[in-house]
Amino acid sequence: MTKRTLSRRLPTPRNLGYSFNWVGRIGLTLILFWAIVALIGPWITPYPVGKVVDWDFFGPMSQKFWLGTDYLGRDVLSRVFMGARYTVGLALAGVTLACTGGVILGMIAAVVGGWFDTILSRLLDAFNGIPSLLFGLVVVAAVGSSIPVLILTLAAIYLPGAYRFARALAVNVNTMDFVTVARARGETTLYLILREIFPNILGPVLADLGLRFVFIVLVLSGLSFLGLGVQPPNADWGALVRENIEGLSLGAPAVIFPSIAIASLTISVNMFIDNLPTRIRDRSE
Amino acid sequence: MCTLPTSFTPYFLIAQRLGIALITLVIVSFAVFFATELLPGDVAQILLGQAATPEAVAGLREAMGLNEPAIYRFLSWLAGLASGDLGISYVNNMPVTQLIGGRLISSLKLAGVTTLFTVPIALSLGIGAAMARGSLFDRVVSVLTISVISVPEFMVATLAVVIFAVWLGWLPALSYGVEVDSWSAMLRGYAMPVITLSFVVSAQMIRMTRAAVIETINTPYVEMALLKGASRSRMVLKHALPNALGPIANAVALSLSYLVGGVIIVETIFNYPGIAKLMVDAVSTRDLPLIQSCAVIFCVSYLSLITFADVIAILSNPRLRHR
Repeated sequence: MTKRTLSRRLPTPRNLGYSFNWVGRIGLTLILFWAIVALIGPWITPYPVGKVVDWDFFGPMSQKFWLGTDYLGRDVLSRVFMGARYTVGLALAGVTLACTGGVILGMIAAVVGGWFDTILSRLLDAFNGIPSLLFGLVVVAAVGSSIPVLILTLAAIYLPGAYRFARALAVNVNTMDFVTVARARGETTLYLILREIFPNILGPVLADLGLRFVFIVLVLSGLSFLGLGVQPPNADWGALVRENIEGLSLGAPAVIFPSIAIASLTISVNMFIDNLPTRIRDRSE
Repeated sequence: MCTLPTSFTPYFLIAQRLGIALITLVIVSFAVFFATELLPGDVAQILLGQAATPEAVAGLREAMGLNEPAIYRFLSWLAGLASGDLGISYVNNMPVTQLIGGRLISSLKLAGVTTLFTVPIALSLGIGAAMARGSLFDRVVSVLTISVISVPEFMVATLAVVIFAVWLGWLPALSYGVEVDSWSAMLRGYAMPVITLSFVVSAQMIRMTRAAVIETINTPYVEMALLKGASRSRMVLKHALPNALGPIANAVALSLSYLVGGVIIVETIFNYPGIAKLMVDAVSTRDLPLIQSCAVIFCVSYLSLITFADVIAILSNPRLRHR
């Protein structure tokens, strides 16, 4: 486009095109913070998670209980830390499954083409016609809520989208000369997919994975909020909001802070993805 | 992707789109029916509870037609659905149609009020942001819409309650359930759900409208208008906007489909007696005929909005008109 963007794109020894601007860095910091909390959660909670530590319910923020206490008098900070495990962990597992499946199917469809592509695309498009929260409701109603069911449901909801995205990218790469050359060399479909297509769609796919992660966090929180996600006594952030919704009219911190936790995670992922270095995000363009 | 160049007319495309929607609907109803079939445990046994002697269970199974093959039951369910017979609720033995009727109307009221409220505001904000692209106003609107989109619906509701009910004290926190005896009471009852839904839906609508208008602003004929010396507002209102109407209508229909998901959360939070609340309650009591019917109703409204959006997009594309 203009001269300014060109000079930003050209790599120099100081700037190899992998640096972030400050908004992206804030996003990354927050993501890392929650990732670390999710990993070491049980060791940094100030109080045991399920233990009633205060006689006062919906207690305010204090020196002793940084984020106040919940509807039973349990420490909110500890519960938010443990909730990070469920929210981040489940969403990560779901998005990984959805994107792995979607990207593999999408690449195969793009390379193989023909009726396989048509039928798969139509089928997954049809699946896209179900509202995501509704699908979750029906599945949970049918088979009950457990961690594996939740992960599979979340993955199933977002697989069609990942498929469509990856297929569109792969179809573009598939028409390029180096793929034609590889075909003419007589390489197998597997080689084409793994060595020619995949490396060239990786960047955008990773960016897409981040956005899908946000949606999965939202749907998971929504399900938990309806009481159909993570089951008590465990709680992810959505379930924490549900438990303490009675405290809403009191303006209790127990209902506000889990909400803030969800918002900080989703917004920071959005900030990070929006400000990814062009080197990574637009690799195939 | 579409390999039918000779029949590339709008009417053919619309017919194709409707056909796809119909097929989707069949697949969806199939999925809904068999997902609920997967339920562990015998329905007759669950219904009878303590009184479940083997004879009673066998009798009830016979009476409910549970001994028929699943595919037969699916087809008869589908036939009943088409003729408006939605079956009998397991839990309180009332016809599902009767249970749903009033609830559906109050949900539609909620959606209708939200639409009336949202569309003008969202459109003016979206078009305004596109006109003043890069300005402070545009950036504020962008940041606000992105933050609304990236938080769950229930959090928007929570914030609305904290602001309007707790801090300002204007509205009751849990709105419905109070006796509706006057206009002001009804307005207060509707206010919180409508405010929440409007935020969720309008954020999407503003973003998509802004994108649609900016796309038309970037075309050569609008640039030409600017070069001719047309003012900025004339350029947008006279030259860009008429051509962006199709994409904008598409955006409106698409964003309204977010109502389907949003309504589930909002009705639960505010205890609003609509169809989504009915369904969530049915999920917790495992009332299958009710869940199936509600799910199909939701899918039909979602699909019709999406299909409507596509049809508008096809009709408003002048390149498809003369062929």
